[in-house]
Amino acid sequence: MSKYTMHLMVCGGTSCNSAESDVIVCNLRDEIDAKGLSDKVQVITTGCFGFCGKGPIVKVMPDNIIYVQVKPEDTQTIIEEHVIKGRKVERLLYRDPKTNEIVGDSKHMSVFKKQLRIVLRNCGVINPENIDEYIARDGYQALGKVLTEMTPGQVINVVKDSGQRGRGGAGFPTGLKWDIASKNKADQKYVVCNADEGDPGAFMDRSVLEGDPHSVLEAMAICGYSIGASEGLIYVRAEYPMAIRRLKIAINQAHEYGLLGKDIFGKGFNFDITLRYGAGAFVCGEETALIHSMEGLRGEPTIKPPFPAQSGYLGKPTNVNNVETFAAIPVIILQGAEWFSKIGTEKSKGTKVFALAGKINNVGLIEVPMGTTLREIIFQIGGGIRNGKKFKAVQTGGPSGGCLTEKHLDMPIDFDNLIAAGSMMGSGGMIVMDEDNCMVSVAKFFLDFMVDESCGKCAPCRIGNKRLHELLSRICDGKGIPEDLDRLRNMSLVIKDTALCGLGQSSPNPVLSTLDNFMNEYEAHVKDKKCPAGECKNLMEYVVNEENCVGCTACARVCPVNAISGQRKEVHHIDPTICIKCGACKEKCKFDAIFIR
Amino acid sequence: METIKLTIDTKEVEVPKGTTINKAAKKLGIDIPTLCYMELKDMNIENKPGGCRLCVVEVQKRRNLAPSCSTNCEEGMVILTHTPRVLNARRTVMEFILSDHPKDCLVCPKSGNCELQSMAHRLGIRDIPGQEYAEMSTYRKDFSPSIIRDLDKCIMCRRCETMCNTVQTVGALSAVNRGFMAAVAPAFEQNLEFSTCTYCGQCVAVCPTGALTEVNHVPNVLRALADPTKTVIVQTAPAVRAALGEMFGMKPGTLVTGKMVTALRSLGFNYIFDTDFAADLTIMEEGTEFLDRLNRHLKGDKTARMPILTSCCPGWVNFFEEYFPDLKDVPSTSKSPQQMFGAIAKTYFADKIKVDRKDLVVVSIMPCLAKKYECQREEFSTDGNRDVDFSISTRELGEFIKQANIDLNNLEEGEFDDPMGESTGAGVIFGTTGGVIEAAVRTAYELQTGKKLERLDFTELRGLKGVRSATIDFDGLPINIGIAHGLGNARKLLDDVRAGKSQFHAIEVMACPGGCIGGGGQPLHHGNSEIIKARAAAIYAEDKSKPLRKSHENPFIIKLYKEFLDKPNSEKAHHLLHTKYFDKKKKIIVKQ
Amino acid sequence: MSQIKSLPDLKKKREELKTGLINAIESKNQVQVKVAMATCGIASGAKPIMEFFMEQLEKRNIPAVVTQTGCMGYCYAEPTVEVKLPGQDPVVYGFVDLKRADQIIEKYIKTGELVDGIIPVNYETIDSKE
Repeated sequence: MSKYTMHLMVCGGTSCNSAESDVIVCNLRDEIDAKGLSDKVQVITTGCFGFCGKGPIVKVMPDNIIYVQVKPEDTQTIIEEHVIKGRKVERLLYRDPKTNEIVGDSKHMSVFKKQLRIVLRNCGVINPENIDEYIARDGYQALGKVLTEMTPGQVINVVKDSGQRGRGGAGFPTGLKWDIASKNKADQKYVVCNADEGDPGAFMDRSVLEGDPHSVLEAMAICGYSIGASEGLIYVRAEYPMAIRRLKIAINQAHEYGLLGKDIFGKGFNFDITLRYGAGAFVCGEETALIHSMEGLRGEPTIKPPFPAQSGYLGKPTNVNNVETFAAIPVIILQGAEWFSKIGTEKSKGTKVFALAGKINNVGLIEVPMGTTLREIIFQIGGGIRNGKKFKAVQTGGPSGGCLTEKHLDMPIDFDNLIAAGSMMGSGGMIVMDEDNCMVSVAKFFLDFMVDESCGKCAPCRIGNKRLHELLSRICDGKGIPEDLDRLRNMSLVIKDTALCGLGQSSPNPVLSTLDNFMNEYEAHVKDKKCPAGECKNLMEYVVNEENCVGCTACARVCPVNAISGQRKEVHHIDPTICIKCGACKEKCKFDAIFIR
Repeated sequence: METIKLTIDTKEVEVPKGTTINKAAKKLGIDIPTLCYMELKDMNIENKPGGCRLCVVEVQKRRNLAPSCSTNCEEGMVILTHTPRVLNARRTVMEFILSDHPKDCLVCPKSGNCELQSMAHRLGIRDIPGQEYAEMSTYRKDFSPSIIRDLDKCIMCRRCETMCNTVQTVGALSAVNRGFMAAVAPAFEQNLEFSTCTYCGQCVAVCPTGALTEVNHVPNVLRALADPTKTVIVQTAPAVRAALGEMFGMKPGTLVTGKMVTALRSLGFNYIFDTDFAADLTIMEEGTEFLDRLNRHLKGDKTARMPILTSCCPGWVNFFEEYFPDLKDVPSTSKSPQQMFGAIAKTYFADKIKVDRKDLVVVSIMPCLAKKYECQREEFSTDGNRDVDFSISTRELGEFIKQANIDLNNLEEGEFDDPMGESTGAGVIFGTTGGVIEAAVRTAYELQTGKKLERLDFTELRGLKGVRSATIDFDGLPINIGIAHGLGNARKLLDDVRAGKSQFHAIEVMACPGGCIGGGGQPLHHGNSEIIKARAAAIYAEDKSKPLRKSHENPFIIKLYKEFLDKPNSEKAHHLLHTKYFDKKKKIIVKQ
Repeated sequence: MSQIKSLPDLKKKREELKTGLINAIESKNQVQVKVAMATCGIASGAKPIMEFFMEQLEKRNIPAVVTQTGCMGYCYAEPTVEVKLPGQDPVVYGFVDLKRADQIIEKYIKTGELVDGIIPVNYETIDSKE
């Protein structure tokens, strides 16, 4: 066993590191050596604690004490007071911001309880290819309970009472959806799992399918029992081979145990699940398009009504839910509607999985109760902005969501608040942007995606998005005029107002939200022909600062297009008509003599 | 029926449950603009993809504007069709559509008859913002023997797709690619020529823009007319005279037979003949073939297959060669009237006027685009000389007449020339669904029973129902007749034949909804099925007005057999007037 | 495999599995190593890491069970590996390359001495919420 009796765990996350946590580690090690404790106390660096606002963090084990905002000069005190004398260093302890009380024990710090894993309960815990591990963690208990002890109506009521809303993006109440599907009479009905995750940067569905496929199968069977369907279909992207592999294994194992197939639990209920592969069209995440794609038709949406619950796959009542929605169902059944409905906000219950990406330290998959604020997600769980840059915006809801800013950081996240703020929940992508991101370019980037992914059925989305993209490109290229901004807004509003499906209706969101929140940046582009973030190449100019230039010629030598002229030891000049703005000169210059204008 | 009350533009209206907003508005006299929606009433044809978004209206308490073509009325709905918000949206969407549409209206074949052009006019669009730098979606042009696809002009209304897939079940056209580059094309983006297309032309008949047009053969005809070494004769199909007047502002259903003849004469054709004569000839051949098969069948001859299928529609022939090649011995072997005319013209008539067939140019005026393809079929030419040289559509003729500054309205009634201008009422009704079989019944009855037919109007065979059936009493022998118009309906009957379940003795099929009067070469109906009904009425009126209404009573037909053909289904008749069919089931050809 | 034909059947199975799985590992004093093997984990090199653990633990005569599991959510720190020593709370290591994997075996598994790259747990589970 370990020879050490005490560990000092120093956060080595990017944020803490930039606040000299590496120096703290060295200092601590030196002190320990100096005190002759090196065979008793070990200093190790860890990954991010997710508490970057209070970093650098030093945690003392096994005492479970956390010191916050530690400075290199504090190390001596920690060693002398805590390690040697066993006395807590009061001034470095964390105070609860609400009560101002000292919280010594990390187990009682709410900051480490931001995440709650319901959907991801088994991900990274069980072996997804072994049904036994799922069963050992209460797997299929909910299905057993439902088939043995509950009527379909009771199941639907539990789901209704839980307040669960669809996690695919629109937030339609799951129980109500099931209820409608159950009430439509038909000889055959279908349960469809929408696993056509298409948002760039979102991968929560994939993670669930890869990490806990049985939870989805179980929930689909429960849904089948509730609405009176004996067939389930999972529409999964063909680009998810691992998810497909594990789903296949899971379906086989469930069949071998009799948990899928005929007469499940001896209750006369039959349920089978087959897979359908999507070919990677974003619009096929829209349920009517998805159903058409499964039928072998062109994946494009049709107008609702009729809703799939009335006439869906092959014209039969069909209930379509997203992977994440399904994955929570077994827990809702086992823990009860009341338990679930206590989590979250008034109108959005339970938890939501987010894929954190962009200029953030802890890129990752997180699950938080509804109502958690953006600040908590970005600055605590996400570890704040990379390289100590300034937070500028966060895009939620995938490519057709909106950009939220500083002023939205303390808004509790739920379906309705996000819509009110001009964005949406979407599937849960969260892309964080910092001061170096040009918001016009951001809008252009997302429009580029929408132009690619529009199915082309309705004119506003097919042509309108293209025109938006063109106009944004022109603005980024410095060809914009002030009137373009009005046109941009009008086109966006009309597309939102007239497009056929959710994709088109939400595609201008990135434009509208950036227009609302970053009008100054747009104006800078069209009026001053400047890109404040310095991202739009055509709007910047590399210039030599004559005072700093020593004429070392380094820049001229590195310039790939020979745009820089000047004699040795004389001030150099950059010819803007030749310069391609690659930035090589600025990087090479040791005298800080090249700047962007 | 359950009804609902709602308010549109402050006016109350009561409509049956399930009515869409645009139809409810129509009831109030409000015409909400649309580019994609199309309904052929009573013909079970509706296209409502909800794609153009011009028909959006404001529905109180709804977040977004609602497409009126595909939103059902609800009790108490309050709808506004022309608020500033709606008007702005409509204009902006129209600007979007126009921004991706070529501006070559001046030379576009659809100019003056283009729904997009009229809509731009109606909405008062005078400027397309950003036009200077707006990228256009482009697509290669595709030429086939009958139809030209110029998808740069496609606005994705999907009407052609509805006609091709839902109505005709041909499946040659469907949307390909996505987003801005989306287009309607055959599978694997092959040329139409290599697809399952039957050239029925229904896609062209409904296309609101110049994206789908016919191959124009007027210049070829003009060249022939200008060539002094050529004798140019023309045949006009029955459905043409019932529709041509529409292009000159006449009421749908106005018969212009005589005026048309005069116009053709002033255009310079040497002889003006009538395809109706060839229709009578077809009845002689097909009717005889039918009775032969029937009687052999009744005697228990297993080689005599029932039912017999009519074969005068080239779109239909293309369809069964593509989809039912296993049944290619079921249809009658008789050529279509167009080709029978050509065969007789280039033999009997050429000899008669002592003109070499190479110097005799046969032009046909057809309501049809498949006829263009039909006359180019190899089996219908001798030593590389076609029996019918050029086939032009009713629309092309109308335009040709206009180019020659002839006003059809003010022409005197002319008469067809002898001998091939002579026809009976039976030949006339070939132009509408049910007409061929009715004509056949009139002749077959008398030939089979030897008795005179008293009742000539078989109303049970008429109408616009997609699939019809009737049993005709052949003096104690019940003859079961099936009729289908539209290839989707034909497919249903053919599936039964293939499965051995068909109870019919004879089936008439016309590829186009309504028959030739609704053909792909007719003046555009723009979604108004009343026009097609009026044309049908005109055809039956002409039939009624004819002194002779049975093909076998046509004096020239009698003379022709006596002088030239011997008797129906004779060896010579077989050689000249019958054909055979081919297995044309498409193998997948990837990109030529 | 035998079919599960009723809810009591399933409950029995669960109990068997729970005690079976845990007892088997605990009684044999086995180390449990879980490698996050979702697509993202594999893409950042989890497979050779998992193979390394399987080979080396056997070679170095350490009784252990190495299994794959799904995504742990620490994308920024892939590949991630969870190690549970008998009778102790599991510890998650991030940025595990072959060198660190070797350290984990040599130091943490053999001697219980912690190694750099621990990822602090920052979430609650349903079990802890109850």
